[in-house]
Amino acid sequence: MIASISKSLLQVRNLKVAYGGIQALKGINLDVAPGELVALIGSNGAGKTTTLKALAGLLQPSAGEIHYRGISLQNHAAHQLIQEGLVLVPEGRGVFARLTVEENLQMGSYCRNDKSSIAQDLQHIYELFPRLAERHTQLAGTLSGGEQQMMALGRALMSRPKLLMLDEPSMGLAPMMVVKIFETIRNISAQGVSILLVEQNAKLALEVAQRGYVMESGLITLSDSAANLLGSDVVRRAYLGS
Amino acid sequence: MDILLQQIINGFVQGSVYAMVALGYTMVYGILGLINFAHGEVVMIGAMVAMSVIQLLISSGLPPLLILLISLIISIMVCMALGYSIERIAYRPLRKAPRLAPLITAIGVSIVLQNLAMIFWGRAYHAFPSLLPNNSHMLSGAIITEVQILIVLVALGMMGSLLLLMHRTRLGRAMRAVAENPSAAILMGVNINGVIAITFMLGSALAAVAGMMVSANYGIVHYYMGSILGLKAFTAAVLGGIGNMRGAMVGGLLLGLIESLGAGYIGDLSGGFLGSHYQDVFAFFVLISVLVFRPSGLLGERVAERA
Repeated sequence: MIASISKSLLQVRNLKVAYGGIQALKGINLDVAPGELVALIGSNGAGKTTTLKALAGLLQPSAGEIHYRGISLQNHAAHQLIQEGLVLVPEGRGVFARLTVEENLQMGSYCRNDKSSIAQDLQHIYELFPRLAERHTQLAGTLSGGEQQMMALGRALMSRPKLLMLDEPSMGLAPMMVVKIFETIRNISAQGVSILLVEQNAKLALEVAQRGYVMESGLITLSDSAANLLGSDVVRRAYLGS
Repeated sequence: MDILLQQIINGFVQGSVYAMVALGYTMVYGILGLINFAHGEVVMIGAMVAMSVIQLLISSGLPPLLILLISLIISIMVCMALGYSIERIAYRPLRKAPRLAPLITAIGVSIVLQNLAMIFWGRAYHAFPSLLPNNSHMLSGAIITEVQILIVLVALGMMGSLLLLMHRTRLGRAMRAVAENPSAAILMGVNINGVIAITFMLGSALAAVAGMMVSANYGIVHYYMGSILGLKAFTAAVLGGIGNMRGAMVGGLLLGLIESLGAGYIGDLSGGFLGSHYQDVFAFFVLISVLVFRPSGLLGERVAERA
């Protein structure tokens, strides 16, 4: 089931990250094929967020290799990755509370300079999230959690991502809003954007994903199709509460 | 002569200078949470460089306005390079160090610059050459000079442009984004080091203009002039709410007015016991009062806990 190396969009080999003596990632392997939606599940502290941060260049790995579209990311600064289409929506959304909704969305297209298609994309985001259009002049800090998550997704889309990494998009949201956000994630994926989804809500994540990885204390312990993981006894007992 | 109006005019002129310098403090604080105590010395270097360029060109026969413009541009460029170097040498290596460390290097840089200026330009007070005919105008009982009018106009123009830059351009948006959430800004593709460097250079350009303004207004330049001016502009930034650009503008103008009115009336109020040479006391009285009663400043929304 694992995507072959040549077809991989993202290929992670033996990735290790240490925080001052503590080994947070102990050598993980992970692949994302073009167009794929891959879920990374696991309990709190398993290293899911650390994995995404390392992929986004926010943390320096102590060992291992990250290949994205066949190129090693070793010499890329974190701020250069968005231009390559590698985009992270961080845990807690990373909104700019004192910028307006529209300014936040414009930050997503910071690295693009095709003015007319940026304007088109902005219009498209407003159609996707009419709530954001209504509030485009409001300061982002005044939005509800769900609206902020929509804005963070919209902002990431403004960069025209090829691989979108989402860190706990359902965190702190009301159940109805979670449904809406996951519907959006499914839509983004249907448009051909590859997604690496980190979620604590394993059931939700595996329901939208094609493949999944299970993480435990800094290691990937299981990797299979999402359907198989949903049906597996180990996963059901540990993460699905049944 | 109308003393009240005269003090208000003087205060407004001095306040414009404070506001321009205060902006430099507040922009850097907003983005790094650091008080750049060397900023006052950048103002001094700006004034010194402008003076030297004018002295060099004054006998060249060029039109005075052109000489003024050339000296202004050179002084701005020198100060921008200086601001960039200060950040690069004294602050960037300490980006992850405890907050006290860059504060100490800031004071160190300030001492180094003062002494370099002293070696280069000497200890003496220099007369700042006056290029423009400085005519005075009567304004319902008060005197305002043309240089003063120019100072206020240039300051308002520069502050207006700065606000436009911050709120209407891509660069300004990136600067505000970095100030608020640096790691999210990185994810948007913003080169943080570049934005920080630009912030220092913008603040230093304002400082260069302010240095020229204050020297043209008083006609005197001195290697020590930056330290008291810097402290007062810092007070203005705190008064307005450090980190807040509109606050720095309001705080600067307000501090200028407070100082001028205070110095103008302290004699009358104390029955002649205290004189106008107590002017400097007011700025520090304001600083202490703000820190005690309203540490977040007039327009600051959050308490400045990161000093």
